[in-house]
Amino acid sequence: MTEMSKIDTKSMLADVTAFIWAESAMLDLKEYDDWLDLWTDDGLYIMPIGDTVDFKNSVNLCYDNAKMRRDRVGRFHAGFSISSAPPAQTVRTLSRFRIEAAEGDLITVSCAEHLVEDKFGRQRIWAGNVEYILKVTEGGFKLQQKVIRLLNSDGMLNSFSYLF
Amino acid sequence: MSLDMPKFSDLDALYDEKNAKVATEMYEDPELFNEEMEKIFKNTWVWVAHESEFPDKGSFKLSQVGLEPVIVVRDRKGKIHCMVNRCRHRAATVCEVKKGKTSSFQCPYHGWGYGLDGSLRALPYPEQYGDDFDKSQHGLVKLRTEAYNGMVFATFKEDIEPLEDFLGEGVRKYIDLFMKQGGGFPVKVLGEHQFSVPMNWKVQLENTTDAYHFPIVHKSFMQTLDGATEEMFDFLDKGVGYVEDLGNGHSVMTMIPELVDLDENLDAPIPERFADLAQELRDEGYPEDQVKKIVRAVSGAGFNLNLFPNVSFSLAFFRVLTPINVEQTDIRHIAIGMDGGPEAANQARIRLHEHFQGPMGFGSPDDAEVWERIQRGTKGGPDLKILVNRGMVDEEPGEFGPRGHISAETGMRAAYKMWKRMMAQ
Repeated sequence: MTEMSKIDTKSMLADVTAFIWAESAMLDLKEYDDWLDLWTDDGLYIMPIGDTVDFKNSVNLCYDNAKMRRDRVGRFHAGFSISSAPPAQTVRTLSRFRIEAAEGDLITVSCAEHLVEDKFGRQRIWAGNVEYILKVTEGGFKLQQKVIRLLNSDGMLNSFSYLF
Repeated sequence: MSLDMPKFSDLDALYDEKNAKVATEMYEDPELFNEEMEKIFKNTWVWVAHESEFPDKGSFKLSQVGLEPVIVVRDRKGKIHCMVNRCRHRAATVCEVKKGKTSSFQCPYHGWGYGLDGSLRALPYPEQYGDDFDKSQHGLVKLRTEAYNGMVFATFKEDIEPLEDFLGEGVRKYIDLFMKQGGGFPVKVLGEHQFSVPMNWKVQLENTTDAYHFPIVHKSFMQTLDGATEEMFDFLDKGVGYVEDLGNGHSVMTMIPELVDLDENLDAPIPERFADLAQELRDEGYPEDQVKKIVRAVSGAGFNLNLFPNVSFSLAFFRVLTPINVEQTDIRHIAIGMDGGPEAANQARIRLHEHFQGPMGFGSPDDAEVWERIQRGTKGGPDLKILVNRGMVDEEPGEFGPRGHISAETGMRAAYKMWKRMMAQ
């Protein structure tokens, strides 16, 4: 970070913001197959509980490698999961972007996420801090890691039929 | 109904034991809920903690007995106490940290300080209460507390039978079998999932020994399993296993008979899906017999044990229910592992837990959906009954009580029989 000029940071921030907003739209519109293509093969999608950073040795809400992501999307699509047939509808906003680190081909970005879900005529609101690790490739950014820390991750939640 | 008759005097109308039919009010009536909190949750042993959640002297965790917030704590001598989380002065909670370690509890309002055993130790400017103020009469309200094989229960009913008698021989047998999934190590809580569901608490109480729903509600989970595991969970089609009434409202459902006793069949070959884990353990230097024991324990025991009124032991985790109001219940899915066991084995257990359980699991959200659908459905046809009579036709005497088909509602009948007994007090 320290070696980057302000102009570099500004243009990088615009690039990652555009990428993350595009990803957010895919999730709200449930374009899950396109979303799966955004990932690197060894990428991890994680929703931890509390403030742990040792995700591998902790009980998380989810800790998805490529297979679990595919299975999760398959479950949403197949129509046999009563909680996701139909799923809740969602509208989310991601903002407060900050580039935390940029080393080699990896960029770490943090941001805030607000999500409203609607099902059974009932709306619920969720807030979380999100940290992305994006990989710079010839074809654009790829998701290397995405960690969504819900504000109340260690509290009483409800079940989710969508992705954050 | 005459005015001087209590509203719920006709318990037969609420639960018709002969025909195993449950009245719709059972899920919906707020007055009945209040009576249940009083007659059931204040009069029986209620699960509050696992010993590994507060392992050291001064360790504590917050819990609940019915609607009342409690603190479960280990004192300097290692003795376990459970007390109501309410200052005896002006009622403020004396602790709002969910889990931790302390030497005392101090009320944040006027500074009354309590020891780990709940006794009132000190208060600022005590002289204004006069010379005859008796500190020994102003400790935190304590519950009788007993533990069995690591599971800690508390009760407001001072003269209740000992915990071991309440559990009975059948439950103790299955708890002991369940804890074998430590694989030679003590069982330890590794974390938990928490979610709240708009449903009556008894909807959850019914579910743990309900095999009938599994292939329907959890079809999408089954589809993500490898062939051998899917085969293992196909207990309904195979018609193996059974549900048995263990007395006092408790029941057991054995789904995978070959995994009921994890100390048996240790010579069986290691399943393909655990081959990598077994190799990792060998590479770490574990001898072959220990590798087999650990690997066999990794996916849990082959049965669900449901205790009345608030805890169950389900394959590889504890499920705890907390009633909030007549139409709201909080659920905890507590992951357990091997205390001091190999990291790789505990990681495997955690990943299996995340796969099915909790708000993002491949199983729990579908359970939560159908439970909520019950609560929504009971708004229609208030005079209709809920049927828990499945499997009565060929129920036989088992080892500890009536035993029915794997998909029988024997466990629900056991729970409702106990419900009725307690509500009649």
